[in-house]
Amino acid sequence: MRSLYAVFKREVKAYFTQPIAYVMMGGLLLVVGFLYYLSFRWFLGVSFDAMRNPMFARDLDMGAMVVGSTIGTLGVVSVFTLPLLTMRLWAEEKRSGTLELLLTFPLRDSEVVLGKFLASLAVYVVLLLLTGLYPLIAVLVGGRLDPGPILSGYLGTLLLGATLLALGFLCSTWTANQIVACALAWAGFLFFWLIGHAADFAGGQLGPILRHLSLSEHHEHFVKGVVETQDIAYFILFTLFCLFLTLRSIESTRWRG
Amino acid sequence: MIEVDHLTKYYGPIMAIQELSFRVDQGEILGFLGPNGAGKTTTMRILSGFMPASSGRASVAGYDVFAQALEVRRRVGYLPENVPLYQEMTVGGYLQFVAEVKGIPYAQRARKIGAVTEACGVRDMERRLIGGLSKGYRQRVGLAQALLNDPPVLILDEPTVGLDPRQIIEIRQIIKDLRREHTVILSTHILPEVSMTCDRVVIISGGQVIAIDTPENLIERTQLHRRIYLEVDGPEDAVLAHLQGLKGVLQVEQNGVSPGGAPTYTLATIKERDMRAEVAQAVVQQGWQLLELRPVRLSLEEVFIQLVTEEEAGHA
Repeated sequence: MRSLYAVFKREVKAYFTQPIAYVMMGGLLLVVGFLYYLSFRWFLGVSFDAMRNPMFARDLDMGAMVVGSTIGTLGVVSVFTLPLLTMRLWAEEKRSGTLELLLTFPLRDSEVVLGKFLASLAVYVVLLLLTGLYPLIAVLVGGRLDPGPILSGYLGTLLLGATLLALGFLCSTWTANQIVACALAWAGFLFFWLIGHAADFAGGQLGPILRHLSLSEHHEHFVKGVVETQDIAYFILFTLFCLFLTLRSIESTRWRG
Repeated sequence: MIEVDHLTKYYGPIMAIQELSFRVDQGEILGFLGPNGAGKTTTMRILSGFMPASSGRASVAGYDVFAQALEVRRRVGYLPENVPLYQEMTVGGYLQFVAEVKGIPYAQRARKIGAVTEACGVRDMERRLIGGLSKGYRQRVGLAQALLNDPPVLILDEPTVGLDPRQIIEIRQIIKDLRREHTVILSTHILPEVSMTCDRVVIISGGQVIAIDTPENLIERTQLHRRIYLEVDGPEDAVLAHLQGLKGVLQVEQNGVSPGGAPTYTLATIKERDMRAEVAQAVVQQGWQLLELRPVRLSLEEVFIQLVTEEEAGHA
């Protein structure tokens, strides 16, 4: 446990002593912030219109229309930015040869895998907390928000992030080249994000299966404020499966040298 | 301390080491010699607990390297060939990390880190980034890392490669100082290093052990005949003819003229008997001036080349 923490700490430090985490966080916050600003302005416009129509005003819900849609965007933006967090984790160690030394320290492989994974997850959690500023601003300027859907949206985005990170993490074990690791992760993320769209054309029996496999479908439920066991189970099992494969991949690295 | 028993490792279809067996006693420094691709690094990787072997057994400090890998890794300090360290960390930060993963209790960390940085001469470098260090200092940090938890066994893969002569001497001294409390395996290309630091030598070629012995015995064993270097002030042809006529002299070669102007010769004599006295007497009896006479020993280089070529010829 103590060794796991040592690996975790080293990785978190590595994120912040190299520019990658800052670049990624900065980029993500900028994009999400801009989209938030746009939807906020749009909501203001709609609200002014609604002042002349009290019937319409009752249906105005800032939580769903502004914050909810922003959390939805957060999912898409994560798909595009998270490979930047995971590509380094194994590929860089393989390239520089530090993996050989790391694997001869008195550590269990599972401790190394979990330590590294939790480090990337921790960076993602910090990122999510920072995006929490946007709804906070809305509350501070007097908006009334229903906390339920926001919290469930964040829970879903956290689970989505864990799944993406685990998948990207696995991709990073397959290569000694960070760019390749990044490209593999992107391909994997987009495949599982978009696979639900194929469901419309697949029809029959295949359609529902594809829809169940899709990251975006499960994430959407959370954003709408629906927390269902099957969605939680989907993300957690997906994550654990990727971590298990990562462990296997590292074992195979040992055998091949 | 270390026992290797019929160790074999394949990388896919490629055989890296085959039926390797040897043992290292406590407190011994074992030199690992061999041409490139002989399987030195593979053997070290297996012994350090990084990699499992395809077949055969190996144990370090009584623990099996495969079945009890974690116990082995607790007792081995390993310095891989290219000294892979995290470039973005400071020396102090890195050693702190290694101390944590090696399970050194918090209370002892500062003291242990202080001790190894002192021993390896990187005390003043603790705040420097590893990426900015010279090759020599990186090597020392690598060594410091291996020594950190005071492991009974050290495995050093080419610890002096790429260093300048002064640094080589310093690193060698550090390794020699370790002899008392540690068992050391080190691989190297530099043959004088072996005779200077190692108690015993394992020469491997093509993944197999071709010789294990002390450096002195190896030289003794491979020598087919004795050689004597001679410098004589006298008529060359007569000297040559006279020496050739001595019983027990196999061959005489004239090798040119010494700085003093006298001709020099190399004699090959039979292995069974030291002929130096006879040769000296023969020269003096003829009324020539004997200026120098000394035995010529095979260098470890010659032994190595001889053994490896014999081995290769045997395979062909």
